[in-house]
Amino acid sequence: MRPFDYVEIRVPAKPQYVGVARLTISGLASRVGFTYDEIEDLKIAASEAITNAVQHAYSEVDEGEVVVGCALYPDKMEIMVADHGKSFDFEETKKKVGPYHEQQEVQFLREGGLGLYLIETLMDEVKVHHQDGVTVFMTKYVGEEQVEENVETISS
Amino acid sequence: MNIQLISKEEENIVKAIIGGEIDAFTAPMLREKLETVQHMADLHAELEMSEVSYMDSTGLGVIVAFFKNVNANNGHVKLTGLSPRLKRLFDITGLGEIMDIETDDKGGSES
Repeated sequence: MRPFDYVEIRVPAKPQYVGVARLTISGLASRVGFTYDEIEDLKIAASEAITNAVQHAYSEVDEGEVVVGCALYPDKMEIMVADHGKSFDFEETKKKVGPYHEQQEVQFLREGGLGLYLIETLMDEVKVHHQDGVTVFMTKYVGEEQVEENVETISS
Repeated sequence: MNIQLISKEEENIVKAIIGGEIDAFTAPMLREKLETVQHMADLHAELEMSEVSYMDSTGLGVIVAFFKNVNANNGHVKLTGLSPRLKRLFDITGLGEIMDIETDDKGGSES
């Protein structure tokens, strides 16, 4: 038995489904046991990756799908977002993703404005894989302060 | 997302009351609304955001574009009623230092 529960969401690559995927991820994150603030961070980070996939993957054809794979562990959640619409072998794809290089991702960052920057800031680990499209792999741990220390943390 | 524009054009004052979720789907609607007023000269714009429940970089992009356009026409943009979450989004992106932001501190802690 694998050490995590796996949930895969496939949505049409259209902006109106970003919020639907976000709502699902929010529900899953709450199952893992994240705090309110952590769930909000996850929602933003995942939405940034999905938005990027929606906006760039299918600029010519509008019939694509975005696949969001979520692995739920007792102490963390891994989210993989792929813009090529194919289901992935989660473990296999995970092995292939590597750290991204700033220059290579300039496009990704610029176009979304602050998308990748927010993903990086709000998640604990981020990896990007370029092959058959872009796959973003990100991890968040329960109960870890991920925001850089020079940033003022506002807790409600 | 919903947005209500209240303008007193003779005084170059526009208040936009924004609520709901601002994301890839709704941000273009916000942009469209704000574009109708952003070229007014000496505009004093207030974006009231206390009812915004979710926002990401798509919303930030629209607000930054509005901010730039209004400033280019000698105007001023003020953001009001931001929740601590929303304020944090502006702070971690560095926009908090550039823009005029008032947080929603009237109620103390919000749960």
